Amino acid sequence: MVPTNYFIALSAILFAIGAVGVLVRRNIIVIFMSIELMLNAANLAFVAFARHQHSMDGQVIVFFVMTVAAAEAAVGLAIILQLFRHRETVNADELTLLRW
Amino acid sequence: MAALFLLAVMFLFLDAHLVAALQVVVYAGAIMVLFLFVIMLLSLQEEPSETRRCGWRLVAAAAASLFALAVIRAVWVRGVGAVDVGMGAAPPAGFGTTAALSERLFTQYALPFEITSILLLVAIVGAVAVAKRKLR
Repeated sequence: MVPTNYFIALSAILFAIGAVGVLVRRNIIVIFMSIELMLNAANLAFVAFARHQHSMDGQVIVFFVMTVAAAEAAVGLAIILQLFRHRETVNADELTLLRW
Repeated sequence: MAALFLLAVMFLFLDAHLVAALQVVVYAGAIMVLFLFVIMLLSLQEEPSETRRCGWRLVAAAAASLFALAVIRAVWVRGVGAVDVGMGAAPPAGFGTTAALSERLFTQYALPFEITSILLLVAIVGAVAVAKRKLR
């Protein structure tokens, strides 16, 4: 069996990749995907620790995280869609105002 | 997107059967299709290359790799928690199955589970309201 260390390391690397995506890329769709990647990294850590401690609680938390991620994706993509209709751009640098 | 499928494989490795199935259905299925639909709807033109902010890019990469290295080092030096059952030990029978997880969901976590349904309803209504062309 693979030790828990390796799963946590993979989770940290995935989270770092997601963080770089959020910080570096300017396309809001890519930024959004990077956020999903970071959520997935957290899920992997939860499941790895749950397996390590033989406790089901981590998997229950992952279930709730997935629900929140799905809700967030739906609302966030709707906002991106509306932003693009209004401004004709997905560049985060040009979307600096909170008002229309 | 392949990463989401491979994460499902990782969950299978870790005896999380229901979570692995949910990962494929929810992430690789629903969320990615949603992303593809939005990308298709946006009809984007070719993006100008992002070459000008090289310094900022380096700083971000350095900070993120520092974070990853710190976590990996902490895990290797200090171990992964006081309750050290160990990966070698087989989990109790039925660990991670749908039955075990749903038993927890409907007893100990019944209230958060019900709140989840409200959250999803709010998300559906909110997404439709935001994405509609014109509110009357």
